[in-house]
Amino acid sequence: MDVKRKVEESAPPIVRYKGISKAYGDHQVLDHIDLDIRPGEKIALIGPSGSGKTTLARLLMTLEKPTSGTIEVNGEQLWHMERKGKLVEADEKHLHRVRGQIGMVFQHFNLFPHMNIIRNVMEALVHVQKLPKAEAEARSLEMLERVGLKDRTHHYPSQLSGGQKQRVAIARALVMQPRIMLFDEVTSALDPELVGEVLDVIKNVASEGEMAMMLITHEMDFARDIADRVLFTDGGRIVEQGPPEQILEHPRSERLKLFLARFRRHFGDSADVMTAVGLE
Amino acid sequence: MWWDWNYAWSIVPELLRAIPITLAATLEGFVLACLLGLPMALAKRSQLRWLSWPVTAIAEFIRCTPLIIQLFFYYYALPSFGIVMSAMTTGVIGLGLHYSTYLAEVYRSGIDSVPRGQWEASRALNFSRGHTWLRIVLPQSVPPTIPVMGNYLIVMFKETPTLSAITLVELLTTAKNIGSQSFRYLEAFTLVGILFLIMSYPSAWLVRKLEVHLGRRERRAASHGR
Ligand SMILES: Nc1ncnc2c1ncn2[C@@H]1O[C@H](COP(=O)(O)OP(=O)(O)OP(=O)(O)O)[C@@H](O)[C@H]1O
Ligand SMILES: [Mg+2]
Repeated sequence: MDVKRKVEESAPPIVRYKGISKAYGDHQVLDHIDLDIRPGEKIALIGPSGSGKTTLARLLMTLEKPTSGTIEVNGEQLWHMERKGKLVEADEKHLHRVRGQIGMVFQHFNLFPHMNIIRNVMEALVHVQKLPKAEAEARSLEMLERVGLKDRTHHYPSQLSGGQKQRVAIARALVMQPRIMLFDEVTSALDPELVGEVLDVIKNVASEGEMAMMLITHEMDFARDIADRVLFTDGGRIVEQGPPEQILEHPRSERLKLFLARFRRHFGDSADVMTAVGLE
Repeated sequence: MWWDWNYAWSIVPELLRAIPITLAATLEGFVLACLLGLPMALAKRSQLRWLSWPVTAIAEFIRCTPLIIQLFFYYYALPSFGIVMSAMTTGVIGLGLHYSTYLAEVYRSGIDSVPRGQWEASRALNFSRGHTWLRIVLPQSVPPTIPVMGNYLIVMFKETPTLSAITLVELLTTAKNIGSQSFRYLEAFTLVGILFLIMSYPSAWLVRKLEVHLGRRERRAASHGR
């Protein structure tokens, strides 16, 4: 399935990281990251564990605060705002407004266990976007149908399989129509046989275009299918980036070569990975 | 002077008449403790130091001093500041305030048991703070604490004899009065013990059932993962 669409090269970025650093104590997790994501662009982040991929996404979702640097969303500062002509720290109201353009799907789903599926999806439409209940419900049903779960609307999360839960979580984030959506290893907690159904849903969403995506993943085949650009992070820096074919098949830096080789050895018997890494 | 059945039966009705006031003091105190405990837990967890520190200090003080001293203070010392309350009101407030400090800890453990992912999903969906608390966190943190709350209800019930110290005529005072009239204490105090047992035991049994039930539900949810 070819889901890629031409991304407007000249469009102003939907997200811009400028000199972003993040440290926990004296542990430097991100080190002066510069990154532009264009509207509708699909980027995949790959890299060894601890290289800062999740942190990069969490800073944008406002789950974590950068130590220094700025993030712009659609041309507007995320963590800062102007007050009396001076740039000051953003208050909750400002964050609330800018955050509305961002959505996130987590590795461990984080569905609300005390709400049934339809309420999980509707909740933010009703209480954040303030839609009338009937309309929110109709839109949520439509979204659940898209992820193939229309017949589960009155079940509770505990009654679903991992793959189904993750599809609900995707519907819950999508229904808010964010300009950019963050997927942090959304299949890593799933049994292998359930990975496919979730990836298919994401591919389907990606094929529709307008929404930008940041995919943190270890599924190289998937990254290659979906991403316009693959970024390799290591030690808190973006070491190499480019089109999937270039990054996955013709890595230039030693670190990326090493990463891909280790990856191949680790999943050595998987044909998928072999193909993705270009070693068939 | 041995056990006299006829006498024992004759004082039962008078003892039973003291039960409503004992139960009322327990229940009203418990409701007060539940109501005060929640804001106290929130204040203690607050990031606002000017709020969390004094509340923590006061709660610690109340929790670490005996209830009877607090009751004496409210009943005998406060009137000199112009605050005069009936024995019942003092008892309810004393019990309620004392146990609210325990229930605050129970609430707090319930709140802390809500996985971090629930807060993060709420943030990602752009919920307000109030909405996150009321619709996501509290509905998940209160149910698991219900058995522990039930246990505190029973503990408070067994604590009511302390209220006799501020002249509230509950079960123990009634028994003492009966005893002092007839100079027979054996029957009266034994019966009071039995009455407490009869009322506490089924409640404790109920709480245990509830605990098993909730535990099973919890395990079922956990086995499916969140
Ligand atoms: N709250 C925190 N406190 C301290 N250190 C943290 C915290 N969160 C993350 N880190 C550290 O930051 C580094 C980067 O973490 P991050 O989760 O961004 O890596 P990652 O690339 O997503 O790795 P993985 O592939 O394992 O998910 C790690 O070394 C981690 O231990
Ligand atoms: Mg990660």
